[in-house]
Amino acid sequence: MAETQIKNFTMNFGPQHPSAHGVLRLVLEMDGEVIERADPHIGLLHRGTEKLIEYKSYLQAVPYFDRLDYVAPQNQEHAFALATEKLLGIEVPPRGQAIRVLYAEIGRILNHIFNVTTFAMDVGAMTPVLWSFEHRELLMEFCERASGARLHMGYFRPGGVAFDLPDGLTDDIEAWCDIFPQCIDDIESLLTENRIFKQRTVDIGAISVEQAFDWGFSGPNLRAAGVPWDLRRAQPYDGYENYAFEIPIGKHGDCYERYLVRIAEMRESVKIMRQAIEMMPAGPVKTIDGKVAPPKRADMKRSMEALIHHFKLYTEGYNVPEGETYTAVEAPKGEFGVYLVADGTNRPYRCKIRAPGFAHLQALDLLTKGHMLADIVANIGSLDIVFGEIDR
Amino acid sequence: MAELWFGYVWPLIWIVIKIVLIVAPLLLSVAYLTLAERKVIGAMHLRRGPNVVGPWGLLQPIADGMKLFFKETVIPTGTNRAVFILAPCVTFVLALIAWAVIPFGPGLVLADINVGILYLFAISSLGVYGILMAGWASNSRYAFLGALRSAAQMVSYEVAMGFIIITVLICAGSLNLSAIVAAQKNLWFVVPLFPMAVIFFISTLAETNRHPFDLPEAENELVAGFNVEYSAMIFALFFLGEYANMILMAGITTILFLGGWLPPADWALFTWIPGPVWFALKMALLLFVFLWVRATFPRYRYDQLMRLGWKVFLPISLAAVVVVGGVVVAFDLQPVLR
Repeated sequence: MAETQIKNFTMNFGPQHPSAHGVLRLVLEMDGEVIERADPHIGLLHRGTEKLIEYKSYLQAVPYFDRLDYVAPQNQEHAFALATEKLLGIEVPPRGQAIRVLYAEIGRILNHIFNVTTFAMDVGAMTPVLWSFEHRELLMEFCERASGARLHMGYFRPGGVAFDLPDGLTDDIEAWCDIFPQCIDDIESLLTENRIFKQRTVDIGAISVEQAFDWGFSGPNLRAAGVPWDLRRAQPYDGYENYAFEIPIGKHGDCYERYLVRIAEMRESVKIMRQAIEMMPAGPVKTIDGKVAPPKRADMKRSMEALIHHFKLYTEGYNVPEGETYTAVEAPKGEFGVYLVADGTNRPYRCKIRAPGFAHLQALDLLTKGHMLADIVANIGSLDIVFGEIDR
Repeated sequence: MAELWFGYVWPLIWIVIKIVLIVAPLLLSVAYLTLAERKVIGAMHLRRGPNVVGPWGLLQPIADGMKLFFKETVIPTGTNRAVFILAPCVTFVLALIAWAVIPFGPGLVLADINVGILYLFAISSLGVYGILMAGWASNSRYAFLGALRSAAQMVSYEVAMGFIIITVLICAGSLNLSAIVAAQKNLWFVVPLFPMAVIFFISTLAETNRHPFDLPEAENELVAGFNVEYSAMIFALFFLGEYANMILMAGITTILFLGGWLPPADWALFTWIPGPVWFALKMALLLFVFLWVRATFPRYRYDQLMRLGWKVFLPISLAAVVVVGGVVVAFDLQPVLR
């Protein structure tokens, strides 16, 4: 019999696919159900964020960061605010820092609860996602009460936060901190010890520490591989050194441990939120430097100088002295960095954004080679990929 | 003339009437099973489910049906048209004709044939053809993978199901479904054959492509699997067929293990309730478990599903045939069980 050439099965996975987590297009080369090669194609959500920021004043750039990783918007703003503050050489008052920490952790929970449960949905468990959205909605309500926007807060600004918290909000957040662990327990009761869930995730997409370093992993994905690396601990910002929290780590870096790490991080975030509320000092929420922070509304009615400052700040903005900085925060997905070059004008000369999801997506081929079609879905889910930040 | 009427025409009409009496309530229950599914799973998800169309959303299935009926039937260019349209018809028809041998009560059966269980088995084995044809004719990669998975899955689980049915047959001593139910007069087979009943139920989940075995249409992997290219009424036929199959499998499980139309005990209060009502209640219970499982479990991977079927269920059920057969014959238990 003549030898026949057996061709692999090529499949176009996405961009319109229920598990593509946005607009991921994967070209899969498959041998039956087994993946031979997974080739991610990106760029379908490219909006030119970095270039647009070059044409905006520093304050106007903030909303663009919300729209990168739209699952946890405030954490991106945080990185940009810190970078700008570093170039300006200004300090955020303690209350502003505590509020930022509080909302950064809310962002972390917003992200992890969304990722963990949609990951569960990717492997076929549809209930957790609906349970978690109840709490996600409550968290977004807190965002709305602080900033007026449920999702794209625009709340962390260079110099502090936009407004002080309304009365009673911290009490409500504290009350929520009491009920939320029950929700995590409920979700865990459906997943953590479920045999099918474990069969689907344990030893799937495992990555070693070396590989994780080589591929630029960070955040929960790196910690699941066994490296206790967390920027909140390694290079604290906004007073994170004053908070007591654990860094959960894994051992094998497989899908299951990435899930466990995120679950544990949510519990830690609740702890940090409690501490932030307890230690919340009184005082201003943004820098008192009138050249960066806008004046009070009341002052504008009385003081000519305040009115001029307000007008200048919201039209021309402020000039940032020449310099450059790479400032990174521990965003829920990993190290989110902003490389900001200032040329002394009111607009950034260059704003390069380091999105953690981009590095994680690169490793998809490595993680899925030799696994089955169903595993690629589990991998995408557990890597926590959001296309807003990857395509920028 | 009278002979023609009473000999041929009237029996034919009578059969048609009986068929309508079975099929009409069946289709109605299929429609309301979809509503029940959405309501039950909704409650488990802490949401409400359909509640806008009609009181408590009771007219939702009608609205869904109307929508599918009036939509345009899209047949993609690359398809094999004849097979593409035939496939859902096969699924739907097979889901309906199996009901011919199901006894709803003592004597309430369309065809009381002696090989009823074999007939059911044959029909459910044919069920895979609808999906296979759909996957092949769609000329789509997702549909193709779905069909491949489905073919492997349904064949694997039928083997285990076959052996479990044999254990029931050993206990009942008949292939006639009414006789199998009658044999459970004193003791439902779920009690002596409990592990078999569980395996049988899990196999029916796989047989009907339900969670956690819904690989042929795994939304998160294959988008919609074998029916990804189907729309409008031909999609509705698949949908109806799938749910009719669910009800059928619940019916078979009820007959084999839960005593069919028999009341749970011979007490006066229970025996006043007619047999078909008991039958329906037991099926409803099983269908609830179908839905409950869907809300609870993640989905198996293809190879894990195969392993469960061939390496776990098949050896257990094979051993069960030997053990049950041996015990029943050695201790002459059959008359006792009956």
